[in-house]
Amino acid sequence: MRFQLLKELHYLWGIKMALNTVEMENVSLTINKQPVLQDINLNIADDDFLAIIGPNGGGKSTLLKVILGLLKPDHGRVTVFANEPGNPNNPVGYLPQHVSFDPDFPINVFDTTLSGRYHGFFKNYTDEDRERVITALKEVGMLKYQDRQMSQLSGGQVQRVFIARALVRDPKLLLLDEPMASIDPEMQNSFYNLLSQLRSRMAIVLISHDVGAVSTQVENIACLNQKLYYHGPVENSEKGLEAVYKCPIGYISHGIPHRILKEH
Amino acid sequence: MTGILQYTFMQNAFLAAVLVSVACGLVGSYVVVKRIVFISGGISHAAFGGIGLGYFLGVNPILVAIPFSIASAILMGLTSKKVKVSEDTAIGILWSLGMAIGIIFINLTPGYVPDLMSYLFGSILTVPTGDLVIMFILDIIIIVVVYLFRREFQGISFDEEFSQVMGMPTTAIYLLLLSLVALSVVVMIKVVGVILVIALLTIPAAIAKQFTYNLGRMMILSVIMGMLLTTGGLYISYLFNLASGATIVLVLGLGFSLSSIIQKSMD
Repeated sequence: MRFQLLKELHYLWGIKMALNTVEMENVSLTINKQPVLQDINLNIADDDFLAIIGPNGGGKSTLLKVILGLLKPDHGRVTVFANEPGNPNNPVGYLPQHVSFDPDFPINVFDTTLSGRYHGFFKNYTDEDRERVITALKEVGMLKYQDRQMSQLSGGQVQRVFIARALVRDPKLLLLDEPMASIDPEMQNSFYNLLSQLRSRMAIVLISHDVGAVSTQVENIACLNQKLYYHGPVENSEKGLEAVYKCPIGYISHGIPHRILKEH
Repeated sequence: MTGILQYTFMQNAFLAAVLVSVACGLVGSYVVVKRIVFISGGISHAAFGGIGLGYFLGVNPILVAIPFSIASAILMGLTSKKVKVSEDTAIGILWSLGMAIGIIFINLTPGYVPDLMSYLFGSILTVPTGDLVIMFILDIIIIVVVYLFRREFQGISFDEEFSQVMGMPTTAIYLLLLSLVALSVVVMIKVVGVILVIALLTIPAAIAKQFTYNLGRMMILSVIMGMLLTTGGLYISYLFNLASGATIVLVLGLGFSLSSIIQKSMD
């Protein structure tokens, strides 16, 4: 609420200024005595398209879970839309990793998407909920598959349904956990086209361990390996990438079609 | 077939088979899709502790098994989430502890324990009318809870992490689901016994899952399959004078094999 109010005030005053959807100050988290996040300071603007890049085990998913309120940091302060993380009213959409759900579960595309409109105990879904599902499925291009069982979809289609499930909540921040890992390279372009459509309405954060899979459309990059080594525009990210991967950038992006960095 | 229904114990047996099918169709569907078969086996064996305690206290063992199996279900659910042991280890420990407690209590009970075997292997032919009433009430509770919490149960079964993001208290809902498993175990104990309960919880639901992609329809279909196969098994056990619980399980297994073949040929 506070976030919306601020946004409207800014509009009234004619100020064009990005507000932060997420603010993290000195955030540290230890899991099983292993430091996973150390002293992270990160703000995510409301119009950002941010890729968080780093090696496996570098704390990327953990960082998303902190923003979602699934994990509590040991130290530091996190606010999400000026609220506590995990507040169900936070307009945050989330695309989990492919491994977090059971692909064999008996549920179809429509019902999966509808579950994104969950209102709480004993509250039925309304006609409005169903209309929102139709709109969201249309937007991700999955409406014709609405009666299809989830297990009959390809990796890319499952991802689109899950994005629709996030969209029915009207998110202002969309968090994507390794979205490229489960789709074919030829599907990546159309996936990025979908994201660029959504960009005008929400901030997008995607995490990836694969520099090569991150598109040129991304605006900012954050390099994470327990510590945040770099956060800023894509053009200047070379040093940060070298620091998190501990090898020259030529090796990191070598031979991969979607290179984000220019030849050098 | 009508001939055998003139005996009261046979009428009770068929009623028990029908009541059991309702519980195992609804709860068994969650057991199968959420893959909590092993923890359900643990709950059913731990329930034997409650049976033993009932004998020791001199009250209806079924009534003591209800709180006992719910408590052990919640303990298993919490242990696997909070304590630093792997889930299957925690279940294995409580599984055997429950059985051991049951045996000790029966040991301590003075005199001869007549129908102990019936709780281990089931004895559908000796279900008293009072137990049928208990089973009926438990069935009603299971139906109401499943109806009220269907969205939450589906959510935690399909994608627990996302459900938590949506603001569902996922651990509490998981424990409620395990409590339902405990209740349905109690419904089934008299029919097939502690050891064979898992067959009733899994086989009808596994048959139904092959033919539908909708959880609600899967439940209805598995209730129907359960009714057909348990009453069929009961009838066969009567014809050939075989142990009823074991015959029912064999018929369920046969039904599963047949349904797999039918499903394959439909593809």
